[in-house]
Amino acid sequence: MAGEQELQVQQKREVDRAQEPTTPMRAFLPTTDIFENEDALTVVLEMPGVDKSNIDVDIENGTLTVEGRINFDKYKDMQPTYSEYNVGPYRRSFRISNRVDQDKIKAEMRDGVMTLVLPKAEEAKPRRIEVT
Amino acid sequence: MIMRSADPFDALFAFQQALENRLSGDWFGGTTAGMGSYPPINVFQQGDDLVAIIELPGINKEELNIQSKENTIRIAGRKNIDYPEDISLHRRERLSGDFDRTLVVPMQIDPDGIKAEYNDGLLALFIPRAEQDKPRTIEIR
Repeated sequence: MAGEQELQVQQKREVDRAQEPTTPMRAFLPTTDIFENEDALTVVLEMPGVDKSNIDVDIENGTLTVEGRINFDKYKDMQPTYSEYNVGPYRRSFRISNRVDQDKIKAEMRDGVMTLVLPKAEEAKPRRIEVT
Repeated sequence: MIMRSADPFDALFAFQQALENRLSGDWFGGTTAGMGSYPPINVFQQGDDLVAIIELPGINKEELNIQSKENTIRIAGRKNIDYPEDISLHRRERLSGDFDRTLVVPMQIDPDGIKAEYNDGLLALFIPRAEQDKPRTIEIR
Protein backbone atom coordinates (compact mmCIF):
# COMPACT_ATOMS: atom_id res chain seq x y z
CA MET A 1 0.00 0.00 0.00
CA ALA A 2 0.95 3.62 -0.41
CA GLY A 3 1.85 3.98 3.27
CA GLU A 4 4.56 1.32 3.09
CA GLN A 5 6.67 2.97 0.45
CA GLU A 6 9.83 4.86 1.19
CA LEU A 7 9.64 8.56 0.48
CA GLN A 8 11.61 9.93 -2.45
CA VAL A 9 12.83 13.46 -2.90
CA GLN A 10 10.90 15.41 -5.51
CA GLN A 11 13.09 17.96 -7.24
CA LYS A 12 11.57 21.41 -7.17
CA ARG A 13 10.33 22.49 -10.57
CA GLU A 14 10.80 26.07 -11.59
CA VAL A 15 7.89 28.19 -12.74
CA ASP A 16 7.75 28.43 -16.52
CA ARG A 17 8.21 32.02 -17.45
CA ALA A 18 5.77 33.05 -20.12
CA GLN A 19 7.10 36.54 -19.86
CA GLU A 20 10.65 37.39 -19.00
CA PRO A 21 10.67 38.68 -15.43
CA THR A 22 12.58 41.83 -14.60
CA THR A 23 14.43 40.14 -11.74
CA PRO A 24 16.53 37.00 -12.10
CA MET A 25 14.96 35.54 -8.96
CA ARG A 26 13.61 32.02 -9.21
CA ALA A 27 10.13 30.91 -8.28
CA PHE A 28 9.04 27.32 -7.79
CA LEU A 29 5.92 25.24 -8.41
CA PRO A 30 4.28 23.94 -5.26
CA THR A 31 3.66 20.18 -5.28
CA THR A 32 -0.10 19.93 -5.70
CA ASP A 33 -3.03 17.55 -5.29
CA ILE A 34 -6.40 18.35 -6.80
CA PHE A 35 -9.54 16.40 -6.07
CA GLU A 36 -13.24 16.85 -6.39
CA ASN A 37 -16.44 15.62 -4.82
CA GLU A 38 -20.07 16.54 -5.33
CA ASP A 39 -19.81 19.78 -3.41
CA ALA A 40 -16.38 21.20 -3.99
CA LEU A 41 -13.06 21.20 -5.77
CA THR A 42 -10.12 20.97 -3.36
CA VAL A 43 -6.57 22.09 -4.17
CA VAL A 44 -3.78 21.14 -1.76
CA LEU A 45 -0.40 22.84 -2.25
CA GLU A 46 2.87 22.19 -0.42
CA MET A 47 4.77 25.39 0.27
CA PRO A 48 7.29 24.70 3.03
CA GLY A 49 8.62 27.87 4.63
CA VAL A 50 5.57 29.98 3.84
CA ASP A 51 3.34 31.20 6.66
CA LYS A 52 -0.24 32.24 6.18
CA SER A 53 0.48 35.97 6.19
CA ASN A 54 2.60 35.55 3.05
CA ILE A 55 0.05 33.98 0.72
CA ASP A 56 -1.99 35.50 -2.08
CA VAL A 57 -4.89 33.64 -3.65
CA ASP A 58 -6.52 35.21 -6.66
CA ILE A 59 -9.17 34.21 -9.16
CA GLU A 60 -9.42 36.19 -12.35
CA ASN A 61 -10.92 35.23 -15.70
CA GLY A 62 -11.26 31.62 -14.63
CA THR A 63 -7.64 31.33 -13.53
CA LEU A 64 -6.77 30.52 -9.96
CA THR A 65 -3.34 31.83 -8.98
CA VAL A 66 -1.62 31.01 -5.71
CA GLU A 67 1.54 32.77 -4.58
CA GLY A 68 3.56 32.12 -1.44
CA ARG A 69 6.46 34.26 -0.34
CA ILE A 70 9.37 33.23 1.85
CA ASN A 71 10.43 35.40 4.74
CA PHE A 72 14.14 35.76 4.12
CA ASP A 73 14.85 37.47 7.42
CA LYS A 74 15.09 33.99 8.90
CA TYR A 75 18.20 33.33 6.79
CA LYS A 76 19.97 36.47 7.93
CA ASP A 77 23.52 35.86 9.16
CA MET A 78 23.49 32.29 7.88
CA GLN A 79 26.15 31.13 5.45
CA PRO A 80 25.17 28.25 3.16
CA THR A 81 27.52 25.31 3.75
CA TYR A 82 25.75 22.48 1.99
CA SER A 83 22.54 22.48 -0.01
CA GLU A 84 20.13 19.98 -1.54
CA TYR A 85 17.25 22.26 -2.40
CA ASN A 86 16.79 25.83 -3.47
CA VAL A 87 14.65 28.35 -1.66
CA GLY A 88 12.31 30.85 -3.24
CA PRO A 89 8.75 32.00 -3.65
CA TYR A 90 6.10 29.59 -4.88
CA ARG A 91 3.71 30.35 -7.71
CA ARG A 92 1.17 28.26 -9.59
CA SER A 93 -1.92 28.88 -11.69
CA PHE A 94 -4.79 26.61 -12.64
CA ARG A 95 -7.68 27.09 -15.01
CA ILE A 96 -10.90 26.45 -13.20
CA SER A 97 -14.45 26.40 -14.42
CA ASN A 98 -16.60 29.38 -13.63
CA ARG A 99 -18.99 27.09 -11.82
CA VAL A 100 -17.13 27.72 -8.56
CA ASP A 101 -18.84 29.87 -5.98
CA GLN A 102 -16.06 32.42 -5.58
CA ASP A 103 -17.53 34.03 -2.46
CA LYS A 104 -17.34 30.80 -0.51
CA ILE A 105 -13.73 29.77 -1.16
CA LYS A 106 -11.98 28.67 2.00
CA ALA A 107 -8.23 28.52 2.54
CA GLU A 108 -6.33 26.92 5.38
CA MET A 109 -2.58 26.85 5.95
CA ARG A 110 -0.98 24.32 8.22
CA ASP A 111 2.64 23.15 8.48
CA GLY A 112 3.50 24.51 5.04
CA VAL A 113 0.51 22.87 3.36
CA MET A 114 -2.33 24.99 2.03
CA THR A 115 -5.78 23.53 1.48
CA LEU A 116 -8.09 25.52 -0.77
CA VAL A 117 -11.72 24.44 -0.89
CA LEU A 118 -13.63 25.84 -3.85
CA PRO A 119 -17.34 25.10 -3.41
CA LYS A 120 -19.30 24.46 -6.57
CA ALA A 121 -22.03 26.87 -7.51
CA GLU A 122 -25.52 25.44 -6.96
CA GLU A 123 -26.27 24.96 -10.64
CA ALA A 124 -23.01 23.05 -11.16
CA LYS A 125 -23.83 20.30 -8.71
CA PRO A 126 -24.84 17.01 -10.28
CA ARG A 127 -28.54 16.34 -10.42
CA ARG A 128 -30.22 13.02 -10.50
CA ILE A 129 -32.26 12.81 -13.60
CA GLU A 130 -35.45 10.95 -13.12
CA VAL A 131 -36.45 8.63 -15.92
CA THR A 132 -40.15 8.73 -16.34
CA MET B 1 29.31 34.85 1.17
CA ILE B 2 25.87 36.31 1.07
CA MET B 3 26.10 39.67 -0.58
CA ARG B 4 24.48 42.49 1.29
CA SER B 5 22.10 44.51 -0.77
CA ALA B 6 19.40 47.04 -0.18
CA ASP B 7 17.18 45.44 -2.81
CA PRO B 8 15.38 42.39 -1.37
CA PHE B 9 15.18 40.77 -4.82
CA ASP B 10 18.92 41.11 -5.32
CA ALA B 11 19.48 39.68 -1.86
CA LEU B 12 17.20 36.77 -2.65
CA PHE B 13 18.90 36.08 -5.96
CA ALA B 14 22.33 36.18 -4.30
CA PHE B 15 21.05 33.73 -1.71
CA GLN B 16 19.66 31.40 -4.40
CA GLN B 17 22.99 31.48 -6.20
CA ALA B 18 24.87 30.74 -3.00
CA LEU B 19 22.64 27.69 -2.48
CA GLU B 20 23.12 26.65 -6.09
CA ASN B 21 26.89 26.80 -5.67
CA ARG B 22 26.70 24.45 -2.71
CA LEU B 23 24.51 21.93 -4.54
CA SER B 24 25.98 18.45 -4.80
CA GLY B 25 28.84 19.35 -2.51
CA ASP B 26 30.41 16.51 -0.57
CA TRP B 27 30.30 18.14 2.84
CA PHE B 28 28.70 15.04 4.33
CA GLY B 29 31.33 12.90 2.58
CA GLY B 30 30.41 9.40 1.49
CA THR B 31 28.12 8.76 4.42
CA THR B 32 24.64 7.29 4.42
CA ALA B 33 23.29 10.81 4.12
CA GLY B 34 23.76 10.47 0.35
CA MET B 35 22.18 12.82 -2.13
CA GLY B 36 18.63 12.08 -3.10
CA SER B 37 17.52 10.78 0.27
CA TYR B 38 14.36 12.18 1.79
CA PRO B 39 14.00 14.69 3.36
CA PRO B 40 16.13 17.31 1.56
CA ILE B 41 18.50 19.23 3.80
CA ASN B 42 20.28 22.57 3.66
CA VAL B 43 23.06 23.28 6.13
CA PHE B 44 24.13 26.76 7.18
CA GLN B 45 26.81 28.13 9.41
CA GLN B 46 25.71 30.63 12.00
CA GLY B 47 28.63 31.95 13.99
CA ASP B 48 30.41 28.89 15.40
CA ASP B 49 27.34 26.70 15.12
CA LEU B 50 25.39 24.87 12.41
CA VAL B 51 21.76 25.14 11.42
CA ALA B 52 20.18 22.39 9.31
CA ILE B 53 16.90 23.33 7.63
CA ILE B 54 14.90 20.39 6.35
CA GLU B 55 11.82 20.56 4.12
CA LEU B 56 9.09 18.40 5.62
CA PRO B 57 5.71 19.89 4.78
CA GLY B 58 2.58 18.46 6.36
CA ILE B 59 4.17 16.28 9.03
CA ASN B 60 2.63 15.49 12.36
CA LYS B 61 5.23 16.46 14.98
CA GLU B 62 4.41 13.33 16.99
CA GLU B 63 5.42 11.17 14.02
CA LEU B 64 8.86 12.72 13.84
CA ASN B 65 11.73 10.99 15.61
CA ILE B 66 15.06 12.78 15.94
CA GLN B 67 18.02 11.17 17.66
CA SER B 68 21.59 12.30 18.12
CA LYS B 69 24.74 10.53 19.19
CA GLU B 70 28.26 11.86 18.93
CA ASN B 71 28.31 13.53 15.51
CA THR B 72 25.42 11.52 14.07
CA ILE B 73 21.86 12.77 13.73
CA ARG B 74 18.99 10.54 12.67
CA ILE B 75 15.72 11.89 11.33
CA ALA B 76 12.94 9.35 10.89
CA GLY B 77 9.20 9.44 10.59
CA ARG B 78 6.30 9.09 8.27
CA LYS B 79 4.27 11.42 6.15
CA ASN B 80 0.59 10.68 5.96
CA ILE B 81 -1.81 12.08 3.43
CA ASP B 82 -5.46 11.45 4.13
CA TYR B 83 -7.86 11.93 1.28
CA PRO B 84 -11.55 12.26 2.05
CA GLU B 85 -13.78 9.45 0.89
CA ASP B 86 -15.89 9.67 -2.24
CA ILE B 87 -13.61 11.93 -4.22
CA SER B 88 -12.18 11.75 -7.68
CA LEU B 89 -8.50 12.66 -7.85
CA HIS B 90 -7.56 14.95 -10.74
CA ARG B 91 -3.93 15.46 -9.87
CA ARG B 92 -1.78 13.66 -7.38
CA GLU B 93 1.76 14.96 -6.96
CA ARG B 94 2.22 14.81 -3.20
CA LEU B 95 3.91 11.69 -1.86
CA SER B 96 3.39 9.92 1.41
CA GLY B 97 5.40 7.23 3.14
CA ASP B 98 8.20 6.52 5.57
CA PHE B 99 11.58 8.18 5.76
CA ASP B 100 14.72 7.50 7.73
CA ARG B 101 17.87 9.48 7.19
CA THR B 102 21.12 9.60 9.09
CA LEU B 103 23.52 12.49 8.90
CA VAL B 104 27.13 12.32 9.92
CA VAL B 105 28.26 15.86 10.60
CA PRO B 106 31.92 16.28 9.61
CA MET B 107 32.86 18.17 12.75
CA GLN B 108 32.62 17.71 16.47
CA ILE B 109 29.24 18.75 17.78
CA ASP B 110 27.52 18.83 21.14
CA PRO B 111 24.82 16.14 20.62
CA ASP B 112 23.05 17.05 23.88
CA GLY B 113 22.75 20.68 22.88
CA ILE B 114 20.83 20.16 19.62
CA LYS B 115 17.52 21.98 19.48
CA ALA B 116 14.75 21.27 17.00
CA GLU B 117 11.89 23.48 15.85
CA TYR B 118 9.11 22.65 13.39
CA ASN B 119 7.37 25.62 11.80
CA ASP B 120 5.57 26.15 8.48
CA GLY B 121 6.67 22.75 7.21
CA LEU B 122 10.36 23.32 7.90
CA LEU B 123 12.31 21.41 10.51
CA ALA B 124 15.21 23.47 11.85
CA LEU B 125 17.97 21.77 13.82
CA PHE B 126 20.27 24.06 15.76
CA ILE B 127 23.51 22.16 16.17
CA PRO B 128 26.08 23.63 18.55
CA ARG B 129 29.70 22.99 17.79
CA ALA B 130 31.60 21.17 20.53
CA GLU B 131 33.64 23.49 22.75
CA GLN B 132 36.87 21.66 21.95
CA ASP B 133 36.21 22.03 18.23
CA LYS B 134 35.91 25.81 18.23
CA PRO B 135 38.84 27.63 16.69
CA ARG B 136 41.21 29.31 19.08
CA THR B 137 43.38 32.30 18.41
CA ILE B 138 46.98 31.47 19.11
CA GLU B 139 48.92 34.33 20.48
CA ILE B 140 52.47 34.91 19.37
CA ARG B 141 54.72 35.76 22.21
